[in-house]
Amino acid sequence: MLWPAAVALVLLALWQGLVVGLEIPPFLVPSPVRVAQVMVADAGLLFGSLYVTMKITLLAFITATVLGVLIAFAFVQSRVVETALFPYAVLLQVTPIVAIAPLIIIWVKNPTASLVVCATLVALFPIIANTTLGLRSVNAGLLSYFKLNRASRWQTLTRLRIPSALPYFFGGLRISSGLALIGAVVAEFVAGTGGTGTGLAYQILQAGYQLNIPRMFAALVLITLTGVLLFALMAVLSKWALGGWHESETPHD
Amino acid sequence: MSAVPAVEVLAAEKTYPNGTQALLPVKLSANQGEFITLLGPSGCGKSTLLKMVAGLLEPSDGRLLLWRKPVQELATSGHRLSFVFQEATLMPWAQVMANVRLPLDLAGVPRPEAEARVRKVLKLVGLQKFENALPRELSGGMQMRVSIARGLVTEPKLLLMDEPFGALDEITRNRLDSDLLNLWTQQQLTVMFVTHSIFEAVYLSQRVVVMAARPGRIVEEFSIDEPYPRSADFRVSTRFSEYAKRLQDSLLRASGELQDEELQ
Repeated sequence: MLWPAAVALVLLALWQGLVVGLEIPPFLVPSPVRVAQVMVADAGLLFGSLYVTMKITLLAFITATVLGVLIAFAFVQSRVVETALFPYAVLLQVTPIVAIAPLIIIWVKNPTASLVVCATLVALFPIIANTTLGLRSVNAGLLSYFKLNRASRWQTLTRLRIPSALPYFFGGLRISSGLALIGAVVAEFVAGTGGTGTGLAYQILQAGYQLNIPRMFAALVLITLTGVLLFALMAVLSKWALGGWHESETPHD
Repeated sequence: MSAVPAVEVLAAEKTYPNGTQALLPVKLSANQGEFITLLGPSGCGKSTLLKMVAGLLEPSDGRLLLWRKPVQELATSGHRLSFVFQEATLMPWAQVMANVRLPLDLAGVPRPEAEARVRKVLKLVGLQKFENALPRELSGGMQMRVSIARGLVTEPKLLLMDEPFGALDEITRNRLDSDLLNLWTQQQLTVMFVTHSIFEAVYLSQRVVVMAARPGRIVEEFSIDEPYPRSADFRVSTRFSEYAKRLQDSLLRASGELQDEELQ
């Protein structure tokens, strides 16, 4: 915790120094001090917007996790199902949300729901891909052992596949949490006034039109901090679940 | 020793779809209470044979019987077998207790009874203090002993071991070899042991089945007429060397074309 904070302080000092030293006007690059001032002054507005964006992000993240895990289970049951449907899952990954968001916003009437759908689509693929990989990455020896003991499919799933899959699953969560946020923000951008009109991305848009660059920066900083927080949360969750046994979480010299 | 042989292999063979002949038709039997070793180089089919006995692999032809019943019907014979792999294959996320308890959990044995049996068997392998340890906290030898404990907790009559000590250092291996012999006599098991170490084969077995590769087949059988318990001194005795020589010669003869080059 100490080292990243130290780097942050250094960068902030550099930023402040450059802005003041080169006399850059606030409507181009506001100094950190100016951004902080705006955050305090517009706190009600910004944090209200943060709440809206967070709500959409979390709804999308949870939906993507539940849906992704169910799909992964379905894929693992049958190679045929997996081969047939996996390309469509990949389609999710490669289709730019910016391109299909307008369509979704038109189709889904409820503004919040449409944004959640967009963000879910963005966050879904890593969960499917990682969980499927995890469920399939079972130690072959253990699989033989379970077969030798005539374990049922259910027993193999709960006692072997799921614990084996957890490290991969958490890896997917780490990626998807950030993507859910990105999806929410991008969808809001695309929606503009057609969305809820109250999220952080909307604040960035509005601040842009009004050339209120300090507020734009403030909103950006909040989005970034949220992303970092989500990632850190996933890391903590991962350590709690895997602490003690997986190489990724155990201390090495 | 009962009259019904524990294991009978009747002309069982294994050919893979791509044409690889892993094992030519093999005839072998093991009596109840015997300790026999399958000895041979890589590719001789010894692991394939053991897996067919365990029911992990289907033979392409021929039959395998356990206590006069087909391998698939083992459950109805009232006997149990256990298979010990070369890797400990423990669940890394579970403690030793849960790992050793696994086969009992899978069979639906109630928890208190299962835990009592686990503790008993951990004592047999000398790991009673480690029931709450995670596999990664144990040395290779200890992990292997946990794996053996897991094999013994179901009170099997037949123990199949596929090069179980191959990944360990020689000192640990020697110690585990004598521990295994003690367990064998105590529990009155039938043991089929696979190894590529001539010395291990001589030290452990009553009977050694020598196998050769390309194609996998049985070449000869030898009896090791040394009484049990076998001490560490046996390893360095002349009798031991004589047995070892006979096995070595058999292996060299079987690998045929290598023999002339080796003796240059």
